[in-house]
Amino acid sequence: MEEIGVHHGHVHHIDPVVEYESAKFGMWLFLATELLLFGGLFAAYTIFRAKYPALFEEQHHELNKTLGALNTIILIFSSLTMAMGVSSIQKGKKTLLTIFLALTIICGIIFGVNKYFEYSAKFHHHIYPSTSIFFALYFMMTGLHMLHVIAGLGVLTVILVLNIKGKFSERYNTPVEVGGLYWHLVDLIWIYLFPLLYLIA
Amino acid sequence: MAINTAHAEKHHTAYLTYVFVWLALTVLTLITIWVSYIDFGVLNIIVALSVASVKASLVALFFMHLKYEDTMTWVFVLYPLGLLALLIGLTISDVFYR
Repeated sequence: MEEIGVHHGHVHHIDPVVEYESAKFGMWLFLATELLLFGGLFAAYTIFRAKYPALFEEQHHELNKTLGALNTIILIFSSLTMAMGVSSIQKGKKTLLTIFLALTIICGIIFGVNKYFEYSAKFHHHIYPSTSIFFALYFMMTGLHMLHVIAGLGVLTVILVLNIKGKFSERYNTPVEVGGLYWHLVDLIWIYLFPLLYLIA
Repeated sequence: MAINTAHAEKHHTAYLTYVFVWLALTVLTLITIWVSYIDFGVLNIIVALSVASVKASLVALFFMHLKYEDTMTWVFVLYPLGLLALLIGLTISDVFYR
């Protein structure tokens, strides 16, 4: 809170309310571009699934439905802990934020480890992106998503370190909320990827 | 004063609300998995995507606080969704009705 005071008074004359609203709005704008980035892949998926329905149905059985479902549950739980973390710091509870952030990061890491086992199993069975258009889409979509998980974990780790250093409080917690928005997007994308890739009936 | 206003404007969602949203998300996930074992033909993907969209809405409205955001934010959420609908819609019409 002193930090904001100093910022406000001497360094730059930005109204904290404006700063908070702008940072949040900026993240929503960025999330819009992220949605359209994945949108291109969803369009490609639509085209090829319409063209080769039998191939998609046959080859999706190669995917590990159990691991996919487990990862879905894990990511949804990590979204819960993230949301609780944001709520905690807005109430000024720093230790709770540390706990919730740590839980969120652990979930993200477990997601990544599961994905590593999934990819390894595919390579072991000589399944690569070049195997078929279905696997090209599978690796591209889940791979791009995994990059977002890794980026999200980086953001959350920085926020965790800053929180342990005592940078956030009831009054100043914009990075926590904005970082949280990014993490929820990672969950949002997976909510669509899971049924589209793993659950083709 | 301004700082206090910023604080007052933030909406505090009860932890319990989040837990209920999470429960709903988990149940919907289990429903998606269960439905995938039943053959509804072309309806399968429609059911799967509808459930996914309900889940996505829950995450956005509650976890991301979209429910409490201003009109400007809503515009910039709906605009890309509209573009996405256009992209996928035109793709579908091109592939199926060529």
